[in-house]
Amino acid sequence: MSNFASLTEMRIRLALRNKMFFFFSIVMPFIFFFGYLGFFGKSVPAGAAYFLGPVLALNVMGSFWGLSATIVMFREQGILRRFHVSPVTTSDILASSVVANLALTLPTVIFELLLAGLIFHVHTLHNLFGIFVLVAIGTISFASLGLVIASITNTMQETQVLNQLIWLPLVFLSGATFPLAYLPKVVQRVGLFLPATYLVNAFQQVIVNSATALSRYTEIASLVCWAILTFFLSMQLFRWEPETKIPRRAKLLVASTAIPFLLLGIWENRTDRILRESQTAFAAFQTALDSLRPAMRMSIQSGNAVNPSNHAPK
Amino acid sequence: MGNAMLQVENLVKHYGDVQAVRGVSFSVEEGEVFGLLGPNGAGKTTTVEILEGLRTLDSGRVSVCGLDPQEKPQELKQEIGAALQSTSLPDKLRVMEALRLFASFYKRRRRPEDLLKRFGLEEKRNTFYNQLSGGQKQRLALAMALVNDPKVLFFDEPTAGLDPQVRREIYDIIEELRREKKTIVLTTHYIEEAERLCDRVAIIDHGKVIALGTPRELKSRAGATTRVEVRLSKPESNGIMKNLEGVVDVREVDGAYVLHSQRPPQTIVSLVKHLEAQGNELVSLEIATPSLEDVFIEMTGRRLRD
Repeated sequence: MSNFASLTEMRIRLALRNKMFFFFSIVMPFIFFFGYLGFFGKSVPAGAAYFLGPVLALNVMGSFWGLSATIVMFREQGILRRFHVSPVTTSDILASSVVANLALTLPTVIFELLLAGLIFHVHTLHNLFGIFVLVAIGTISFASLGLVIASITNTMQETQVLNQLIWLPLVFLSGATFPLAYLPKVVQRVGLFLPATYLVNAFQQVIVNSATALSRYTEIASLVCWAILTFFLSMQLFRWEPETKIPRRAKLLVASTAIPFLLLGIWENRTDRILRESQTAFAAFQTALDSLRPAMRMSIQSGNAVNPSNHAPK
Repeated sequence: MGNAMLQVENLVKHYGDVQAVRGVSFSVEEGEVFGLLGPNGAGKTTTVEILEGLRTLDSGRVSVCGLDPQEKPQELKQEIGAALQSTSLPDKLRVMEALRLFASFYKRRRRPEDLLKRFGLEEKRNTFYNQLSGGQKQRLALAMALVNDPKVLFFDEPTAGLDPQVRREIYDIIEELRREKKTIVLTTHYIEEAERLCDRVAIIDHGKVIALGTPRELKSRAGATTRVEVRLSKPESNGIMKNLEGVVDVREVDGAYVLHSQRPPQTIVSLVKHLEAQGNELVSLEIATPSLEDVFIEMTGRRLRD
């Protein structure tokens, strides 16, 4: 336990001294925050509330990027070897990585929530508990994904390529950048297989509709399930030494982490629950904008949009 | 054997098709500085890393402080200290933070303050790791190896890549530890290091121990000869020089006679007697004792640092 605590403290300290961390984990999230809430959300409360979910989701998901890079760098430079010859265990290293990540994400999230309330007058943040449950589960699961990426790549270059390959679909097909309801129908269907989609949707429901954490049990349960799987897998595949080869079974094991969201994706594609929810939220957001500046209305390209007139603006 | 702190029996380790260690055996007593001397790629580091619990062995038996590194890695790591080869610390970790962090991992601890003082790092306590010089980094590595007041220390190539001045600094530190009767296993490919620091040395080549003993024993056992170089006021014939006591070989180099002697004291006495009888005089005399390098050449036909 003490190893875990002192490693967590070290990781937080090192991150705060790192310029890259400062840029990617503090500057970038606030650029997104003001860009989305101010520009896309037109600085109106309903618009800002609608885009706060994707902003928080991006914030939380970004944790895998820096984490995988740090672990690979630690391994390449022989830093992990030094820990290996001390009584530090694999779980000490991995758990401290995840917890340090969470501790570093929370202040940004808290600050963003404060600004959303104070500057953009988002007054639907009644369920803060639900928001923090999602932040915690999201950070833990995506940080664990970062740990797996670190285990199955050998060099920093490989890691960054894989990070890109994972990041792009996660942010573009999930509703984290463009609203899910705004994407082509086929893309929406593909998005239902991604963990990011559920995180974005859960955030939006909790923020816009003050949904409780309990009512979002599908998203939360599947993310928890995925987090446990990926963390367990990262324990199995962890390598202290750059020379240690990636085991052949690694690919199979990594593929197995897709199972929770594969099953959920099939289910959701049949029920269309998430798609309906995201369309309702999107329509409500548009109605709110319509009432202000009708000319700036975005059009819904997908078929079964809910009639905006049923959802009067608040 | 008395108090064997560390025992290795028929250790074998493969990497794929490559046999890195091929049946290495030795034991290290408490309070002894034991050297593993050999060229790069001889299997020294692999052997040490198995002892530290960093690598698994293929066959053989290993015990460190009475513990099997594969069965009780956590207990073992509480008892050992190590300065590894090709290792590093995070760039933005300060010296004092590194010592405190690593001290926190152990049940038995030394005060980081005392280690800073002892290793001359007091002024660098708040310096980032990436701002330290090579010698300072190595001193920190040695200090970190001592944070848990270990029973056995492993120093893997502790002076590799350091300039001669810094190397001597590191020697002083290791000699001090030797005086404190620390048990140390040291790998090196520097002859000087093995001769100066080690009580006993195992010479390793191609994954096997080819000789083991005190540096003195090794040199006499290998039949290594002492080089006696003399300059005389008048020339003598090679035949006469070769007949001096203990001399096995004579060569003339730049007007000097280079004698290879198995018994240098007798050789010199008989040389002086001969010169007195001939009315000849000794102009200069140089004696070079054999080194472990000569032992290595004798046994393998190669130089150590090829």
